[in-house]
Amino acid sequence: MRGGALVATLLWAALVAAAAVIVFRAHFTADLSAFLPQTPTATQRLLVSQLREGIASRLIIVAIEGADAASRARVSATVAGQLRKDSRFSSVSNGDQSGLERDRAFLFDHRYVLSESVDAQRFSVAGLKGAIQDTLDLLSSPAGLLVKSLIARDPTGEMLQVIDQAGTGEAPRTQEGVWSSRDGQRALLVAQTQAAGSDTDAQQQAIEAIRAAYAAGRATLPASAQRTVALEMSGPGVFSVSARSTIEHEVLRLSLLSTAAIVALLLAVYRSVPALILGLVPVASGALAGVAAVALGFGVVHGITLGFGITLIGESVDYSIYLFIQARRSWATIGLGVLTSICGFAALLPSGFPGLAQLGLYSISGLMAAALVTRFVLPHWLPRTFAIRDVTPLGLAVAGALRRARGAAWVLGILALGAATILYLHRASLWNRELSALSPVTQADQDLDARLRADIGAPDVRFLVVISGAQKESVLEAAERVGRRLQSLVMTGIIGGFESPTHYLPSLAAQRDRRDAIPEVTQMRARLQQATADLPLHANRLEPFLTDLEAARAHPPLTRRDLDSTSMAAGYDSMMLSDSNGWTAILPLRAATSPTGAYIDIDADKVSAALAGLGSPGEAVVLDLKRAADDLYSTYLAQIVKLSALGLGAIIVLLLIALRSGIRMLRVVAPLALAVLVVAAGLVLAGRELTILHVIGMLLIVAVGSNYALFFDRRATDRQGNAVPLTLASLVIANASTVLGFGVLASSSVPILAALGSTVAPGALLALVFSALLAERLPVADGAVAGGAAAGG
Amino acid sequence: MRAGALLALVALLMTQVATAATAAAPTTATAAAGDLDRVMGALAQRKHGHVTFVEEKYISVLDTPVKSSGELLYEAPDRLEQLTLSPKRERLVLQNGVVTVDRGRRHYVLDLRQYPQIVPFIESIRATLAGDRAALERVFRLSFSGSFDTWTLTLVPLDEKLAHTIRQIDIEGTQAAIHKIQIQEADGDRSVLSIGSEVTE
Repeated sequence: MRGGALVATLLWAALVAAAAVIVFRAHFTADLSAFLPQTPTATQRLLVSQLREGIASRLIIVAIEGADAASRARVSATVAGQLRKDSRFSSVSNGDQSGLERDRAFLFDHRYVLSESVDAQRFSVAGLKGAIQDTLDLLSSPAGLLVKSLIARDPTGEMLQVIDQAGTGEAPRTQEGVWSSRDGQRALLVAQTQAAGSDTDAQQQAIEAIRAAYAAGRATLPASAQRTVALEMSGPGVFSVSARSTIEHEVLRLSLLSTAAIVALLLAVYRSVPALILGLVPVASGALAGVAAVALGFGVVHGITLGFGITLIGESVDYSIYLFIQARRSWATIGLGVLTSICGFAALLPSGFPGLAQLGLYSISGLMAAALVTRFVLPHWLPRTFAIRDVTPLGLAVAGALRRARGAAWVLGILALGAATILYLHRASLWNRELSALSPVTQADQDLDARLRADIGAPDVRFLVVISGAQKESVLEAAERVGRRLQSLVMTGIIGGFESPTHYLPSLAAQRDRRDAIPEVTQMRARLQQATADLPLHANRLEPFLTDLEAARAHPPLTRRDLDSTSMAAGYDSMMLSDSNGWTAILPLRAATSPTGAYIDIDADKVSAALAGLGSPGEAVVLDLKRAADDLYSTYLAQIVKLSALGLGAIIVLLLIALRSGIRMLRVVAPLALAVLVVAAGLVLAGRELTILHVIGMLLIVAVGSNYALFFDRRATDRQGNAVPLTLASLVIANASTVLGFGVLASSSVPILAALGSTVAPGALLALVFSALLAERLPVADGAVAGGAAAGG
Repeated sequence: MRAGALLALVALLMTQVATAATAAAPTTATAAAGDLDRVMGALAQRKHGHVTFVEEKYISVLDTPVKSSGELLYEAPDRLEQLTLSPKRERLVLQNGVVTVDRGRRHYVLDLRQYPQIVPFIESIRATLAGDRAALERVFRLSFSGSFDTWTLTLVPLDEKLAHTIRQIDIEGTQAAIHKIQIQEADGDRSVLSIGSEVTE
């Protein structure tokens, strides 16, 4: 045996060392990508890439509150000034004039190639007369004062047309020269990062840069204002960073809490420090193996996987509990339990969510390692004098309680009926079908985000028209055709407006057409004479107009580089994407507003109908981001339900093979099914909507709960003979450790961890209780005598 | 360009306030020290006004003035509406320092607080409506000519920046009724707003 012990120990040490090296070299991440599914269809890929990298993912809304408006404006100006010099930000807007002026200069200088009103008709005598008359009408109104100074250069009102078509809806309120919230209590600033929202490290740097700029701005305030001023930030990048730090913090906290709870439990039971330390060896080995396996299998380990993995502490400690307590080790039963657990977790491996797939691999390898170490290594290490406190009294007490309770087993029938009724009554609202259900972002952060978005007047963009094609120019031309259709929808009030990359950079064809529409100067002068003959604006005052037209005719076509110094560059880049398949133009739609200022929902079907028949290239697709995201989630919910069913099926087949009896299999599975039913009903009663994590939790109730249920199988009880009280005691303690592990998870502030914990913790407990109550027989009734403390072999 | 235009706009609005407020003001004169104080006192009485207007703008690049007409409405303390009916319908509302303009499908919102230099104008609107001469004098140099029965009040901006846009504003009236407001801009353009009859509601 000594030789065997040496081999086992050396092998264990070698594997632990190898795993440690892998873990040491592993790359850990804690961004949100664990919750973004890897997607099959092109539209869904676009959606996810938007969520990860789109312009919306790069926005950080900064709010400065407290102090007085002038102080807030001063901080806002300092922050904007500092961030504009920072290459990590592609644009920074706080409502001040400097940025606006550059943009206006670009729009004004290139108005004749940008304006969609420009065509040959525009510069005919009748077209000129009409356009100039419109401008004169505008001039007579108070609003006309806005264009008065431009009339000699722009009598046809092209600048207004360009501003109108590029208009981005209502601007935020301004206070002391910078944007402020509607209630005037916060100064607002919108920063757009160069890096994608999914690049958590870069986002963290950006957030730190904002904090530093804020600190610099705050330092310029008098001491009294410094005390009250405060900074708030929101946006996908901020969420990623805060989720990462929350997860890192939570994983550490929950691991410590879970370990402490289980150590306390085991110390209370064993009254032996060596037993405690030995008992934790399989746990530590399992955790190490789990992380190493994930690092090898996925290349990167998500922080959330470690969070889920905390549950492994409670579960893997079970094996050593059985080893130490049970008089006759039922390795066959334990082994079957390990296999059922593996079946359950294996169902997660094909999941589209990297976080869940990692949980599956982590748990499988962790449990196997823990079980193998307990079975083949730990027994060699038990000292000859190994002794723990005799837990027979606990077993006897449990047995006694069970005997008394068995008479009330019929209550379980009522419980099953009640739970089924509750689920049936709530069947309509059972499931949460929104992708946000998976979000690790806390409710408080979501509320802050909603408030700041409302302040800045940036309602979530929900509808997009997406146009894809192989060539950039053909996509831009298609976007222009789509734009004309959308314009008619604006007229009829179906949409409030839309944005398009071609508002800032029209297709070369459109630019050429518009340039060609401008007559040469002598002809133009003659037409202008004719057009203005009856108007108070005489042609000879419009020489600046003719000069500008000549300049426009001679100007080379605009390219993306011409946008560089303006804030439109970021807008264009976010709407014109390229990848290996070609180009995609994204045209966000704005909702129309009712006279009372409320948004009118966009009818996607009407938009689709209006865009029908445009032909290729530029198959224009109307994308409802929210519905697509929710559809995506429904797809994955369905996938998880299917995978869980497969996992359950695998467990049933495994039990059928191992137990060689359908009835015995049913006896094992029935209490587990009942536990799932009762937990689901309980969650519904507590007002929870079920999410993917709850489904997985239910699968785990079966996978983990079967470990306990199997001990009540007839064959297993036969084998245990008169040692049953010790087995019962070990089950109670092992179950308690598992419930503690998942229970700690239930206390997490990360919603998905809490969902899993709050499902499995009560489920595991109920699985044990129901299994005991429904067991075929409890041989303790035979008056078995305790076999004393277990001794090492 | 934009700030300048807005200044002119506000100046214009200010004249409308005075117009709307005073056109229908009761003619009960207070036994004040000077005629200006009598006028101001009468202005303070009115909480509501609704009159017609005709406006002519003389713009240097145009051979003839452009003309518009419509109605002006005022509600104390801070709501003003200019409803232009000709040549094109347009509705302009000043409320709480925010100007909204509806012209055809177009809807503009301008927050006047964006321009701190405009705040004195807002204050002057309030001051005029309230008949608060002291507040007016913080922003403009006032000169009053004529008598309570036929008078001209001339406002010249004290602030140099304002003076770059508005040269002066002349308000003509008889007793507590305003007949004409003329704004002379620094670039030589000017507008003349003539007040018509009260609109019965």
